[in-house]
Amino acid sequence: MAPEIYFNVAVSGLLTGLVYGLMAVGLSVIFGVVRVVNFAHGEMMTIAMYLAIMLFNGFGLDPLVMVVPLAAVLFALGYAMQAGIINPFITRPEYSQFILLVATAIIIVNVLLIVFGPDARNVQTSYAFDSFLIGPLIIDATKAYVGAATVVITAALFAFFRFAPLGKAIRACADNYTGALVVGLNVKRLYALTFGIGAACVGAAGSMLVLLVDVTPALGPALTLVAFIIVITGGLGSMPGAVLGGVLIGFTEAMAGLFFTPSAKSMFSFGLLVLVLLFRPQGILGKRLT
Amino acid sequence: MTDRLFDGVPRRGLALLAVMLAVLLAAPWVANDYLLTILIIVLYSAYTGQAWNVMMGFAGQLSLGHAIYVGLGAYAAAALYVHFGIGPWLGLAAAVAIAVACGAVIGFLAFRFGVGGVYFAILTIAFAEFARIGFDHFQWVGASSGFFLPVANYTRNDLWTLRGNPTMFYYVMLALTVAAFALCHVLLNSRIGYYWRAIREDEIAARSVGINTFRYKMYAVVLSAGMTAVAGVFFAFYYNNLFPEQVFHISRSIELILGPIIGGIGTLFGPLVGALLLTGLSETMQQLLAALGLDAPGAKQVFYGLCLLVVVMALPGGVWPWLAGKLGLARRGP
Repeated sequence: MAPEIYFNVAVSGLLTGLVYGLMAVGLSVIFGVVRVVNFAHGEMMTIAMYLAIMLFNGFGLDPLVMVVPLAAVLFALGYAMQAGIINPFITRPEYSQFILLVATAIIIVNVLLIVFGPDARNVQTSYAFDSFLIGPLIIDATKAYVGAATVVITAALFAFFRFAPLGKAIRACADNYTGALVVGLNVKRLYALTFGIGAACVGAAGSMLVLLVDVTPALGPALTLVAFIIVITGGLGSMPGAVLGGVLIGFTEAMAGLFFTPSAKSMFSFGLLVLVLLFRPQGILGKRLT
Repeated sequence: MTDRLFDGVPRRGLALLAVMLAVLLAAPWVANDYLLTILIIVLYSAYTGQAWNVMMGFAGQLSLGHAIYVGLGAYAAAALYVHFGIGPWLGLAAAVAIAVACGAVIGFLAFRFGVGGVYFAILTIAFAEFARIGFDHFQWVGASSGFFLPVANYTRNDLWTLRGNPTMFYYVMLALTVAAFALCHVLLNSRIGYYWRAIREDEIAARSVGINTFRYKMYAVVLSAGMTAVAGVFFAFYYNNLFPEQVFHISRSIELILGPIIGGIGTLFGPLVGALLLTGLSETMQQLLAALGLDAPGAKQVFYGLCLLVVVMALPGGVWPWLAGKLGLARRGP
């Protein structure tokens, strides 16, 4: 094999990893603030993916253009989920929350199965086969656009949590629940907003992922697992950790697919996860466990 | 031993148990083949639920990857039978040994490094998925195209090689369920059971009163893994076909734990009640949808999910504690 192929595969893995990273940021934000593990994360992402496909096939709307509207739709869904069903569960034991979200996930997967059927679907854009030549590197145009959009969205999200008053209020809830209540923050509403923001990440990421992979209803649970691996590798609750984890997993899977058989590639992600859990349980960028 | 077995059980509870056991023992004479198959599934989920409950319900360690123990047990016994002609009872010993070793490795790694809670749960998923993908590429046991046990129409039941008709499998599963129930009852009322519950309620407090929490958490994982592997052997010889995508899949792990959670986590009857409810619900749904002419794939699961939502919202402690209160079977004392 020519040495360029390694670089090409590596860059392609990194760009895909950015989208995974954005999805994982959503999971990490939700866990970091609400302290609930969203077991329906990937399933919510498939909702966004199917919406993107419907909009493309029905109205010719490019998924890249629909990133923001779909993020808004998923934000509303996430807000409603937290305000409607999850808020009463925040003080319940983990397994109880787990059942609640697994039940939600089962419903999502099967409603999608009834509506769209089991067949794989994708979008055919006019630029699907374009690529950029940078020296010896060949970069897939779709992946380059998606990677750039993901970087912009992720940066906006970081800025929101760092500078916006609402973002600061949400971080206050995460840091000290009682303290947030004492200074008069409406924690339940902020929790709903947080879940909404986490879901919006999934909406944006899902809208872009349809450009890279085919979607089936069964993709949901697989994506949930990928999101888990990423946030735990990077550090559950850490946003930079989720981005780093996403890129790392994207890179690892691309390389494993190149050197071994593609069907075994997720084994390497799980292997990475096990190693991280054993030697740095809080994740690469996570805070020390108490 | 027998004192311990009936220790603290209200008289009404004993009567109910006796009636239940009598009904279950007599069932094959009245039930048709369809109903018998359903009952086997009920008992199978009750048994695996009970095994999972040892780890989560008693010791408070959330495992979301129990399919790995079912799968390892099933593949170990099936491989020994197909490749070397070793019967299921010897295979059972090997299956349990392998699952126990696997549980010990997972437990050792996690508990030594202080991995707990959500992290532990996700570590168990990771191991199960690792096994699923690994077996998908494991040629010796058929890889992703499946592993099959020879099937024939058996005229007589051979308990020694576990080849026979559903009635035999029904009684085997019933015996396993009763044994697991009795074992859990004895354990729960012995020193180890109290240690487990102390760890479940507050691990730091348990350690500070001198309980070796590492050792007792290990006991729970190892026992749970071994018990689950027994179900795996049954699974292999009852269904006669194994596919990594089915046996090790995360949805198997989830199905396995829904019963005890719905029934009532940490209770002895929880897994039993949960298995009965969930299997009953799922089968009723199937019949109902067929009668209505709605055979959309997935419709059954949607109702299933909705029912789960309702139960977990309305009865956070599970069905059994609520039912026990209604029937006047609640345990006296704290």
